[in-house]
Amino acid sequence: MSNQVILSMRGISMTFPGVKALDRVDFTLREGEIHALMGENGAGKSTLIKCLTGVYDNEQGEIYMGPEQKLIKNHSTLEAQSNGISTVYQEVNLCPNLSVAENLFIGREPMTKLHTIDRRAMLKKARELMKKLDINVDVTRTLNSFSIAVQQMIAIARAVDMECKVLILDEPTSSLDDKEVEKLFGMMRSLRDQGIGIIFVTHFLEQVYSVCDRITVLRNGTLVGEYEIADLPRLKLVAAMMGKDFDDLASIRSKEDEQVSDELIIEARGLSHARKIKPFDLDIHKGEVIGLTGLLGSGRSELARTIYGADKAQTGELKVKGQTVKINAPIDAMRLGMGLLPDDRKAEGIVEDLSVRENIMLAMQSLKGIRARIPMEKQMEITRKYIDLLEIKTPSTETLVKQLSGGNQQKVIIARWLATDPDFLILDEPTRGIDVGTKTEIQKLVVDLARQGKSVIFISSEIEEMLRTCNRLAVLRDGAKVGELSENLTQESVMRTIAGGERN
Amino acid sequence: MKTDNWFRRLTKQPLFLPLFSVFLVLVINVVYDTVQGNPPLGFFSITITEGALYGRIIDILNRGSEAAILAIGMTLVVSSSAGTDISVGSVMSLAGSFCCMLLAGFGVTHVRTADALQMPIFVGVIAGILLAGVCGVFNGFLVARMKIQPMVATLILFTAGRAIGLLLTNSKMVYILLDEFKVFGKTLGIFPTPTVIAAVCILVMTIVLRTTSLGMYVQSVGINSRASRIAGINSAAIIMLCYTICGLYAGVAGIIATSRIYSADSNNIGLNLELDAILAVALGGNSLGGGRFNLAGSIIGAYTIQAITTTMFSLGVAKAEAPVYKAIIVILIVVVQSGPVKAYFAHKRAQKASRVAVQGGAG
Repeated sequence: MSNQVILSMRGISMTFPGVKALDRVDFTLREGEIHALMGENGAGKSTLIKCLTGVYDNEQGEIYMGPEQKLIKNHSTLEAQSNGISTVYQEVNLCPNLSVAENLFIGREPMTKLHTIDRRAMLKKARELMKKLDINVDVTRTLNSFSIAVQQMIAIARAVDMECKVLILDEPTSSLDDKEVEKLFGMMRSLRDQGIGIIFVTHFLEQVYSVCDRITVLRNGTLVGEYEIADLPRLKLVAAMMGKDFDDLASIRSKEDEQVSDELIIEARGLSHARKIKPFDLDIHKGEVIGLTGLLGSGRSELARTIYGADKAQTGELKVKGQTVKINAPIDAMRLGMGLLPDDRKAEGIVEDLSVRENIMLAMQSLKGIRARIPMEKQMEITRKYIDLLEIKTPSTETLVKQLSGGNQQKVIIARWLATDPDFLILDEPTRGIDVGTKTEIQKLVVDLARQGKSVIFISSEIEEMLRTCNRLAVLRDGAKVGELSENLTQESVMRTIAGGERN
Repeated sequence: MKTDNWFRRLTKQPLFLPLFSVFLVLVINVVYDTVQGNPPLGFFSITITEGALYGRIIDILNRGSEAAILAIGMTLVVSSSAGTDISVGSVMSLAGSFCCMLLAGFGVTHVRTADALQMPIFVGVIAGILLAGVCGVFNGFLVARMKIQPMVATLILFTAGRAIGLLLTNSKMVYILLDEFKVFGKTLGIFPTPTVIAAVCILVMTIVLRTTSLGMYVQSVGINSRASRIAGINSAAIIMLCYTICGLYAGVAGIIATSRIYSADSNNIGLNLELDAILAVALGGNSLGGGRFNLAGSIIGAYTIQAITTTMFSLGVAKAEAPVYKAIIVILIVVVQSGPVKAYFAHKRAQKASRVAVQGGAG
């Protein structure tokens, strides 16, 4: 690793209405390093990245690039790319209805002499690129025929192919499973060895320690510091991010929480949804937190969605509180006291151009029906209550929800469901893309809900998190429920069931 | 500094640009009148002639009624489905033809006395409006349930609407020469009836938006229909409802237009009005990509279009040439409201602000 600085940002400041998002932040990136940018939600990570890539126009501060530290100013992402800065976001920003090859070369297609797109050359180059990066896909298929994980890798391939010196990866691993993450890290390391500087924004602490060389920590829009990875053990990093010592996560559940009533809330018998989830049985008791675990794509989201009616069950029978019910659409499930926080926040969670208030009121209003508009004073009262309760950081109740950071958006959706006072709540990856502090808050909230006699389905990729919050785990593999674990929950026993085989 | 803030706050109001456009059109009129040696505020003068209000402002409010009524429904359609209903002009004509056919009886071309009416006038009028509502349901069904692109789905009635009207009227003009029918296009007391009807339509929609959660549902579905569904909203039903409302309002506009010429003229009633309605929505500062909407903006937009037309005629522009000038004015208004232009001015302001800050720091 050389110590040649290729990018430095000095004194970057940025203000949004009511919020100082960045206050004189410095950031330095060296050639051939993987540099983690860490901080809680709203710490200013995304804003700093967006100032760098020209999405935002920073109010103060300068950006210098290259060995000779030339002053640059990006007014658009295109300009940033021409300066050698490419970005891959958490949400894939490619065209799902175009082929992989077209996506790789969109805007810079190889041309024939007649100035038409040279498809043959494009396909050839695309195949070469895919082979070089060891991604095994058919480049003529449309992007949306692949999983999010593969789409993400294609987005990175596209960025890498564009002569970039600085590669920004904004939460790239959120939707990848462990194997894919490992593959991505391999790709990142080989890029680093070619001298590319990589800025890695993530919430997964383990990943930072397995791949990064340096860490810059932000808190509330200010710089906390830049550290060599060896100088900053995990606990210190968390403390730096939160500005306080970290209370022990293991203590959120106590012995009494193990007592679950015998009253059944949900009895599912043979429910299924074609090609997504095979027939399954599931019982959920009052006041119980049940975790659904399995690899990405094992059907854990689909199982929950089938109960809720987000994907309509095609076979089987569902009883809610002892009554056989028919759920045709989510509203039917809501009337029975259910709620679903979907895993894809952007596509199915937030209504981005509506205000925080409207987003929180949405489910409660649709339960009341279109004619019974909730009076404005009542709306404000409920909104304020949940903004305080969940500590949602927002300038006002009327701020558009898209202006909040990811974790706060997630809290808004949680508030939406809490406002309906559900008996049974499905939380699908509620902590994805969220900082450590908020993760703990959400876990505590789940345990609290169970104490109040509510039942929760909790889905998460992080087994530790599930062990901390759940009474019982249902394990899924390849679209089928393969087992349940309720005693001696350990990381090892869960892993073994997920992997399959030996368990008796 | 204080005036700066005041000005910026004013320009940030959602209705600033639509209102500013109206203001601009009015200023042009005042300047023109002054140059011509007319009384400078002649444009605004309102007199009572033959027991009715008279004046250019009144004329705009009168003539702009149909477009304003259509713009209400169009706003909902655009917001919920990110598409436009291009059939409203044809549906207007169909509603008028159906109404006249019912009143006169099939094949009859003239009704001169009340005795010749086949049914009470209000029954015919209601039936015409209801048929337009059925057209709206049909459009909504295609868009919401069959998932056909709005432009294509409404193209069907755009093409077929007038032809069905001709079938209903046996391809003839049907005249209803009765004052009881003409009243919808003339005056009610001293006010022009179309303006009164438009005001009632606006009032009804305002009350609906204030007392129900329709507005939030429509915007929510328009912004993210999948998230809305998970939150318990029946997106398809909301989209169908919007198209139905749009159809019903087109029916009301159709009755007014028919009553103005007291005859069912299938080929000409509501001709090109769908374009005015769509333009009104855009002029009102609403995105044609759906989502957030501002009803007041659309309505002001509709009257702005009429004001431009009326101004042009009073400036002596020939009817055939008017669309050219109208297009130029519309381009100007739309460009001023567009994202890149707004961003440019925001950028200029930011530059100026930072210069001021630097100078302030030095001094």
